[in-house]
Amino acid sequence: MLGFFLNRAATALLSIITVSILSFVLLRLSGDLATALAGTEATPEQVQATAELYGLDRPLVVQYFDWAGDLLQGDFGRSIYTSEPVTQILVNALPITLTIVLLGTLLNILISVPLGAFAALKINTLPDRAVVGFSVGMSAIPNFWLALLLMMVFSVTLQWTPVAGSESWQHYILPVVTLGLSNLAARTRLTRANMVDALNADYIRTARAMGLKTRTVLFKYALRVALLPLVATTMVQLGNQLGRTVIIETIFGMSGLGGEVFRAILRQDFPVVQAIVLFISFAYIVLTLLADLINAVLDPRIRLS
Amino acid sequence: MSTPPAEVRDDPFETRALTPFQLARYRAARHPGLLIGATLYALLALCALFAPLLAPHDPFEANAALRLIPPVWNEAGSWTNVLGTDAFGRDILSRVLYGTRISLGIGLAVATFSMLIGTTLGLIGGYFGGRIDAFVMYLITTKLAMPQLVVLLALLSVFGGSVLVLIVVIAALGWDRYAMVIRPLTMRMRQQEFTLAAEVIGASKPRILFGELLPNVMDQILVIMTVEMGLVIVIEAAISFLGLGLPPPTPSLGLMIAEGREYMFFLPYLMVIPGSVIFVAEIAIFLLGDGIGDLFAPDDRSTQ
Repeated sequence: MLGFFLNRAATALLSIITVSILSFVLLRLSGDLATALAGTEATPEQVQATAELYGLDRPLVVQYFDWAGDLLQGDFGRSIYTSEPVTQILVNALPITLTIVLLGTLLNILISVPLGAFAALKINTLPDRAVVGFSVGMSAIPNFWLALLLMMVFSVTLQWTPVAGSESWQHYILPVVTLGLSNLAARTRLTRANMVDALNADYIRTARAMGLKTRTVLFKYALRVALLPLVATTMVQLGNQLGRTVIIETIFGMSGLGGEVFRAILRQDFPVVQAIVLFISFAYIVLTLLADLINAVLDPRIRLS
Repeated sequence: MSTPPAEVRDDPFETRALTPFQLARYRAARHPGLLIGATLYALLALCALFAPLLAPHDPFEANAALRLIPPVWNEAGSWTNVLGTDAFGRDILSRVLYGTRISLGIGLAVATFSMLIGTTLGLIGGYFGGRIDAFVMYLITTKLAMPQLVVLLALLSVFGGSVLVLIVVIAALGWDRYAMVIRPLTMRMRQQEFTLAAEVIGASKPRILFGELLPNVMDQILVIMTVEMGLVIVIEAAISFLGLGLPPPTPSLGLMIAEGREYMFFLPYLMVIPGSVIFVAEIAIFLLGDGIGDLFAPDDRSTQ
């Protein structure tokens, strides 16, 4: 068990280092950063001075280790564009993204789990097909388009919600709804399939044969077993979602991780982009490890293999 | 819809089982989801293939005199521009047809490239095991840890958006699903008799990997390819929408949505029409992928 986990953790650590190198190198492929920073009208001397100021005249390897060293001490550097410390940007942005992602996922669970369980109870009937059809239909809507449609209806036409920003709680309604409605099919289908398996299991038949109430059998036994696999997949998906809020946050003008990283990409503000990419990777890796751990604790077969 | 009843076989006394292909064909004819998906997809593919013939106007031709004409179902619309015109006076129907061509083309190209990368990695890792597999696992973990969309946008801001760059970059970031599915399947097949037999007769490694193992995962590959195509179409649209994908005046569906955005109050059709095309494509691809999965599933898997 410990060996299994250590092995996973070692691979994870190696992956994090690779991501940091990749994000560092790739962003420097853009050609001459110093020229970009100094502006197009800058003289060669000014470009040279800018390069020296940011240490861009040193070899790439030296620059990487310099950056990584600071990183280990918790220093993400400063934004080139606003010279604000990147740590500060992260601290400001993270709560916004976390709110959207957590509430969005919660909404998604609240819709998909009951739908999936309901479909499983009515398997191969019209209601079942309707649920599957609905969730497929919802998933087929590209989420940036869904965001725009919601904005068109609720912000522009009905004027119930503010159009853009992240100041008040009303600003969070549409982003959360967009995220909650996106990708409904995956979780609905998973719940449905797990529930179908659970309902066909021997222990359910035993429970019913012993005369337990239908409600007890359904909620206490079947649903609980059906939901176990969802715990781990949800953790992994939370990690995924952190990187997927770019579009939603940009559309709704929110300055969470997604909104900040997109702005930084457009400005070629590489310290910010690097830090956010690395942060999201790190969060993903940690959440995946946790999911593995949870799976191993819940399912002895994984632990022993 | 699992195994056909005896009367559909040519000779009821013949004990020979149906070939996988015959079984698949039998199931296909009785799978409404697959039939709907395949029909929709075929229609879109035809639109994409024959866009130059079908388009009533030049998708790039701007005409200031014909700006923002509403679609034909609106009183102010006309049959000359069935779906109306955009802010530059370009015919929306023509642009949507070309947009479908771009979406499906990029989708297919990316799905194929990423399939080649992911399948090879999955086969190699699963078959050889040990250190090689550990390396494949490390590649997969690294890939999964990178926030795909963010890295994609960052790379595009560096390399600029063109069809070729888009295909390469999205494919380079989209092979993980193939590897994750093929690897464990290969691992299981490694111990089976047919693999051992191939090893015993001295077949070369590539022959075993691509001649013996690959054909057994082709059905899975097909399913993932359809799913991936659907994802790629949305990704392309999203990044073009954000302005880092295909540059204007390319008739990319995502770009059309972006251009229609500022008119969302008065002329919602500018945004709704290209989005609906993606929506229909996604439904078609989803039903198709789901159906293909059922076609080749073992008997006990095909019913759910």
